[in-house]
Amino acid sequence: MANERLLLNSSDMRRALLRMSHEIVEHYQGAENLMLVGLHRRGVPLAARLASCIADLESSEILIGSLDINLYRDDLTSRPQPLVRPTTMPASIDSKKIILVDDVLFTGRSIRSALDALVDHGRPNSVQLAVLIDRGHRELPIRADYVGKNVPTSTQEIVEVRVSEIDGKDEVAVVPISERRINS
Amino acid sequence: MSSNQKITPNRKHVLDLDDFSKSEIDNLLHSATVMKEVLNRDIKKVPSLRGKVILTLFLEASTRTRVSFEEAGKLLSADVINISGSGSSAEKGESLLNTALTLQAMRADLIIIRHPLSGAPYFVARHLDHTSVVNAGDGRHAHPTQGLLDLMTIYEKIGSLNDKKVLIVGDVLHSRVARSNIHGLQAAGAEIIISGPPTLVPLWLQSNDKDSPITYQPNLDVAIQGTDVVMALRLQTERQASGMLPSIREYTRRWQVTENRMVSANNSAIIMHPGPLNEGIEISSSLAHSEVAAINEQVTNGVALRMALLYQLLTFNSESTEELAI
Amino acid sequence: MNNLRPVLIKGARVINPSTSLDSQGDILIVDGKILSCEANITPPDDTMLIEANGMVACPGFIDIHTHLREPGREDKETIESGQKAAAKGGFTTITCMPNTEPAIDNAPVAEFINKKAQDSGIISTLLVGAVSKGRQGIELSEMEELANSGVVAFSDDGSPVATGHLMQMALTYSKELLNSLSGNYGLPIIDHCEDYSLTHGLGVHEGWVADRLGLLGYPSAGEEAIVARDIALAELTGGHFHAAHVSSQGSIDLIRQAKLRGIKVTAEVTPHHLTMSEEWVMGIHGESKPSHPLSLKAYDPMAKVSPPLRSIADQKALVSALREGIIDCIATDHAPHTFSDKAQPFDEAAVGISVLETAFGSLMSLVHSGQLELHTLIHRLTLAPIQVLGLSNLGLGNISVGSIADVVLFDPELQWEVNPNDFLSKGKNTPLAGEVLKGKVKLTIAKGRIVFDSENKMLDVRNSFA
Repeated sequence: MANERLLLNSSDMRRALLRMSHEIVEHYQGAENLMLVGLHRRGVPLAARLASCIADLESSEILIGSLDINLYRDDLTSRPQPLVRPTTMPASIDSKKIILVDDVLFTGRSIRSALDALVDHGRPNSVQLAVLIDRGHRELPIRADYVGKNVPTSTQEIVEVRVSEIDGKDEVAVVPISERRINS
Repeated sequence: MSSNQKITPNRKHVLDLDDFSKSEIDNLLHSATVMKEVLNRDIKKVPSLRGKVILTLFLEASTRTRVSFEEAGKLLSADVINISGSGSSAEKGESLLNTALTLQAMRADLIIIRHPLSGAPYFVARHLDHTSVVNAGDGRHAHPTQGLLDLMTIYEKIGSLNDKKVLIVGDVLHSRVARSNIHGLQAAGAEIIISGPPTLVPLWLQSNDKDSPITYQPNLDVAIQGTDVVMALRLQTERQASGMLPSIREYTRRWQVTENRMVSANNSAIIMHPGPLNEGIEISSSLAHSEVAAINEQVTNGVALRMALLYQLLTFNSESTEELAI
Repeated sequence: MNNLRPVLIKGARVINPSTSLDSQGDILIVDGKILSCEANITPPDDTMLIEANGMVACPGFIDIHTHLREPGREDKETIESGQKAAAKGGFTTITCMPNTEPAIDNAPVAEFINKKAQDSGIISTLLVGAVSKGRQGIELSEMEELANSGVVAFSDDGSPVATGHLMQMALTYSKELLNSLSGNYGLPIIDHCEDYSLTHGLGVHEGWVADRLGLLGYPSAGEEAIVARDIALAELTGGHFHAAHVSSQGSIDLIRQAKLRGIKVTAEVTPHHLTMSEEWVMGIHGESKPSHPLSLKAYDPMAKVSPPLRSIADQKALVSALREGIIDCIATDHAPHTFSDKAQPFDEAAVGISVLETAFGSLMSLVHSGQLELHTLIHRLTLAPIQVLGLSNLGLGNISVGSIADVVLFDPELQWEVNPNDFLSKGKNTPLAGEVLKGKVKLTIAKGRIVFDSENKMLDVRNSFA
């Protein structure tokens, strides 16, 4: 796309995720009772990569879940009808240390929905948030605990995180809203 | 399920399955599997239809279908209000048209209607401007959500329906379940065989002309050979009194689905029934409670499927461009 | 009547079946009678001149099967509104069927309707008396008294003549009755042929369409069984059986055979059975197939009629039978209903179509598609029905010197869209709403009076014509 601006290439992404993994392990002093829960769609592969990094650091298996927030959105009738996707939890979330993983933190509404969705599955010990990009413009009192990169943006821009599992390559770009891809 | 299929939008009503494409059915069944996960949680409720008003207008006795819709609506946080034949103005002589217009004026977002007369949901939908209509069974005509939940159950149990044989046994003439299932099964690519008393099968389906996608075989022992799904229909016992059947005893002897007859079906074949079952008439008791019977699974899938359907209809937005990719 | 001004229709294509006339000419009407019909007539003073500009003039249409609903259901139609609707449709004679409330089963009811019809006085209104008291199908009505009151036939229409026995008695008894209008003996028994045990009073043909809609079907056999019964009884008794609204190929075959054997059988067919098929109940106006999805137009209560609209093959056979004369004439079975009678789920909707104002336009589709000659259509709408009733000597259905001046002028090519709100009938119930028809009645003259004029501007009124 002509007018897009590259923020991270694949090496940048890999390094950012590795750093975040270190921060997570440092914060929890290990990985005990940790469960990473990715938000559909791109939070799911990002959660898997973080889990893989943490598993390497701590030599232990990390539980990974996926969460679909469409049934919890507050804007269902004002946006294109979203396709519901499966929510999977590999184990009960009771007493777990949950880290929600998403690609971009923007208004905070998705995370609000995710918190609602999560508590319907049980009562975790704690919930933290990890995002690859924080682009500002929050509309709710929500902040991320682990951030790959803070990026100041205009509301006329979209931040597109691309992951090889879905998009065939790893990169992050800023795109004018007029050139937004449909495959969100 | 392939990716890059557009969600089929633009649907306001669900009156029958005859206007569903295969991809629309596939998308809906995919959503239903997600809903089934919700249904299996400890906390089954999600807030997606908060603030939506769903009315069930059941002008014919039915408990299981109404409860299934009600549960589906409530688990999605819609407000579900039930109106039944006994409590409604229908018995005070108000016409169906006026009842429907009144419900629309009360700003119902969706009306689920069960009516003893074929075509009543079409009549209601034709006269409503804003409210969606879902057919929960109209006379002998259609029962589209039953058709969809049956497809969902078949997919879960035996996978793709391509080149699979589905046998429908019993009173096809009076069966809205059969009519809707025929549309759904045809869309799914199944081969359909019908068996049952010739007095209870539409005459034009008995001609077996080559344009007909359906084969009629009155002899159940022949019809059942090599089938993958055996779908038994409910037999109304009043058919005997109305001269359409010599006796229930003779029906049972000729068209009851039994263990002996299932021997000639495929090994993995399943048995289905839309309920409520007349035990020992349509299906032998022992078979109905055996592991090949998918009857209870049908009921669970019914709730999940109806959740998916309500979600789809009430979160509709015509600018939908999102693609399906799993 | 004698005070009427003379009327001259100038420059029309005059078609008159009784004299096999089809030529350009003028028609001069004086004192309610045809005074002359030839080219270039010089009219007397004070003549109303109507420029036909090559449009067709023919005898006014005659309907021998009309439901007027008065007395009893004046909300559906009155004698006056029915007459107005008929005049608009080009009809100058209609025939009130006896299923009024109370039924026309005794002289006072017949006289009441006669008086109402004369008071309204727009067009001629004939009466059919009930075969049985109260149309209950048990005892014969007082048929001789009814005949004296002017009824021209008997029927329990709305219902069939209930039993073979009653039909046998009616055919036998009516044979000897004097028709007080024509002075001839013998009145026909018009039967609505329906075996209730097969039809349940349903509104859709037994076949794939009915099954597609999940509706119980009314098989052709439900009609044919009674047609066969009545033919056998006509043969047995020598009475005159007239089959109302014949709808199936099987009935046509039975009637053809009966006529060949010299049995006194006549038959009619409606405009809708000639031009519509069972698919109309699905809201589809033409061929369809079982895999076609239903639309919101399905279960069209406006297409619910008894007998039901049948298959396209039946429809074609009916047109052929009408052309050949196996079916003698066209009759409308005009059945007006209120909005709420029809605003019901299909099985609960009232049965019947408001036909008078669309009959001609829809029948012209048969002419435009080459299935029927125009002069045949006119014959089946004018002379043929009057012959069925044995009233040929009344001077109706004829444009020749001395005949009653019932004349209709129509434009065979004019296209118009059916809008039920424009109907003069109280019954707006038609499946043709929004359809474009080709062929429109422009002017109707009954007994020398202009009773309908589609656009007053074409009426060139002059006080004196020199």
